[in-house]
Amino acid sequence: MTMRITVTVNGVEQTREVEPRLLLTHFLRDELGLTGTHWGCDTSNCGTCVVWLEGTPVKSCTVLAVQADGRSVRTVEGLETDAGLDPVQQGFVECHGLQCGFCTPGMLMTARWLLDHNPDPSEQEIREAISGQLCRCTGYENIVRAIRWAAEHPAGSVTAESAEPAAEQPTVPAQATPADAAVEEVRA
Amino acid sequence: MQVPAPFAYARASSVDHALDLLAQYGPEARVLAGGHSLIPMMKLRLAAPEALIDINDLTDLSYIRVEGDGPAAGVLAIGAMTRHAELLASTVAGQHFPIFHDAERVIADPIVRNRGTVGGSLCQADPSEDLAAVFAALRASAVIRGPAGTRTVPIREFHRGPYETVVGPDELLIELRVPLPPPGEASGSAYEKVERRAGDWPVAAAGAVLRLARDPGDPPDAPPRVVEAGIGLTAVGAAHYVAAQAEEFLRGKPATEEHFVEAGQIASAECNPSADQRGPVDYKRHLAGELTVRALRRAAARAREVAA
Repeated sequence: MTMRITVTVNGVEQTREVEPRLLLTHFLRDELGLTGTHWGCDTSNCGTCVVWLEGTPVKSCTVLAVQADGRSVRTVEGLETDAGLDPVQQGFVECHGLQCGFCTPGMLMTARWLLDHNPDPSEQEIREAISGQLCRCTGYENIVRAIRWAAEHPAGSVTAESAEPAAEQPTVPAQATPADAAVEEVRA
Repeated sequence: MQVPAPFAYARASSVDHALDLLAQYGPEARVLAGGHSLIPMMKLRLAAPEALIDINDLTDLSYIRVEGDGPAAGVLAIGAMTRHAELLASTVAGQHFPIFHDAERVIADPIVRNRGTVGGSLCQADPSEDLAAVFAALRASAVIRGPAGTRTVPIREFHRGPYETVVGPDELLIELRVPLPPPGEASGSAYEKVERRAGDWPVAAAGAVLRLARDPGDPPDAPPRVVEAGIGLTAVGAAHYVAAQAEEFLRGKPATEEHFVEAGQIASAECNPSADQRGPVDYKRHLAGELTVRALRRAAARAREVAA
């Protein structure tokens, strides 16, 4: 037995016939092709499936797609605008906030929500906000730095700031490597 | 991939509509509140209800407010659809009963707390539920509505056993009511939990609620006496999540460290933990006692702060 549902995803109305047992995460990935939302532990622990439901972050592996009928959902695909990446996305780029990237979509959605409600969070507040989300490679240090970077670079200041040298990132070599130089040559 | 067994889904638009739907779908239907216990159980096929009645539209069941004023003590009323995050953020709840904030800080994680509800947690009746011990310690009562009308049940009679409550298949929990302490008494509350990792269910946890008052016959430098003690325990097999003998021991006694330690020993002896992957029986008994003492200590300190 299926039900006809209409969900507004990233501002676009989407209507599908779904079984009531279909989870929101699979609706987004398999029905809509929005594979930015990851499907991780399946047990509401890891938080990589976090999306916004009516403006609130939820673990979409533990919400039914039919529960989103008539509601709005925002996924990681809804962060970027015509003006470019969202500051939280840029922050993850600037501060090496990801390695494998599996946890990143959920981290970004929680980070955006945090900054919308607390534009200048302390390190402790950031750690608390992402405490329901697991990263298994970068570790949390750079994720926390990335969210702080986004707090310090609210929307509109991203492009200018990202052109600055990465002076605060000791892990990134300050000088261009031979490989970088080669790329420049090719581009030239 | 974990997929629940098939079920029918219906969304309730009001409490009365929810009751109609429960009557229509019968005893194999389950109420879907936050869903963060029920949906995982359905995904593991530990639960396979024939229908889910979604009550997330019942926003009129989402509130935290003090009712009644004047000389008599009031009541803190908490709607069943109040989310954990709302209880954690509630100034009025934290001001009267800091035990709520202590407990909510260690229930799951912020994203789960955005979704999970107070009423859902109690109705799920997990034997390790934190809020069950909190409301038991507070001597709250549960307001249940059904086809025959509304009834109020003491929370200490609400749970019939693991995953079982007095809420009938055609009924809905709509509110929790917590009596405010009478004026003139100092009161304090606290919650202490040990978990294996952040956001996990407790290995053991204890909540304490103390009402203290000075006996006119006592010397002025004597410690205040315990007018009433509430001690809730969870994850350790305590009947109705309560350490009743430890409460009885404290009643009328001076609120001293020695008495708290003895109450902890009584609580440790009267609970009935089971060995599982979270630990053996003796460890859980030790925790039940130690966490009872810590909760009593902190509740008493908070009561003294209020009185000062």
